[in-house]
Amino acid sequence: MTNTNETVSLVRLKNLSKKYPAGPMAVNDVSLRLESGKIIGLLGPNGSGKTTLIKMLNGLLKPSSGTILIDGNRPGEVTKKIVSYLPEHTYLPENMKVKDVIEYFADFYADFKTERAYEMLSSLQIGQNSYLKTLSKGTKEKVQLILVMSRDAKLFILDEPIAGVDPAARDYIIKTILANYNENATILLSTHIITDIENILDEVVILENGKAIVHSTVEEIREQKGKSIDAYFREVFSC
Amino acid sequence: MSWKLDSDRPIYTQIVERLQIQIVAGEFAPGSRLKSVRDMAMEAGVNPNTMQRAFTELERLGLVTTNRSTGRQVTEETEMIQKTRNELAQTQVRDFLSRMGELGFEKKEVVSLLNAESKNAESKTIEIKEETEND
Repeated sequence: MTNTNETVSLVRLKNLSKKYPAGPMAVNDVSLRLESGKIIGLLGPNGSGKTTLIKMLNGLLKPSSGTILIDGNRPGEVTKKIVSYLPEHTYLPENMKVKDVIEYFADFYADFKTERAYEMLSSLQIGQNSYLKTLSKGTKEKVQLILVMSRDAKLFILDEPIAGVDPAARDYIIKTILANYNENATILLSTHIITDIENILDEVVILENGKAIVHSTVEEIREQKGKSIDAYFREVFSC
Repeated sequence: MSWKLDSDRPIYTQIVERLQIQIVAGEFAPGSRLKSVRDMAMEAGVNPNTMQRAFTELERLGLVTTNRSTGRQVTEETEMIQKTRNELAQTQVRDFLSRMGELGFEKKEVVSLLNAESKNAESKTIEIKEETEND
């Protein structure tokens, strides 16, 4: 596979930790290299540190110690230009119309592809004149994912992209992810719904109590364990 | 529709197996052009890197060739396809024989069973033919 010593990693985490005041270590001494051109699953049970890690990658939380480099830069203004982030919760203003949000994004991000956004909207039959407040929770999530996937970013970070949508739309979203990411971009997506998504993953990172206990290609896990990623995950975290 | 793939075996080997059968069965004719990695990956619902790996394996096996100007296509060497066809058949037969062995059948018994079963199947097709002729 890729030789990590020779290639410049898109994402480099070195001894990254995050401790919340009066809490345990949410992320505990994680060192990882993520390469370009991969779809990577960030897996872990509730409270394992997935969202904390993602928020640090996006500069929304400061690490307690350790370093993060994205394309050679620390999270900040520069990295926001190349990172497209789907947060866990929707943040779009409810009183905007779908087409207004698209304009807003097109204004905000130089790499935003308006046409692509409209194409996806029409495939999912979402009216561009609808007000966001009139959309269901699932539809709002779809709009948000469309906005995020319409950028030509180098790194897509998706926090639970498929959790709230129905299985049919889930299939479409997975296809959308496959169709819209270019070969040099990397997608890091956190999920606990592994079955639906494991066939599109290259690699998985599994977190447990803030530690990265596994970083492997999915085919290696299937070959070595003779199990699906879902079955392997269940084995690791069996209660 | 995504392809039906088991998640507990490497995906690329399953894609290789599936495409091998399609080539051997003539579904993809010798010399015919194949869709791009990305399109095939979308169709199968798998990662493009996985599809690429499957194609690389098929190239290694000599069933698929890549040409800079014409793209990726099924090999024109029909002997290669025939050889694969025989190999796949042999594997099936071996698996079958070993399972029959587990049931305690001798090779001779298996052969006579096969003969009886194939005659049975023949007479059935004849019956069907006659019926349709009478209609």
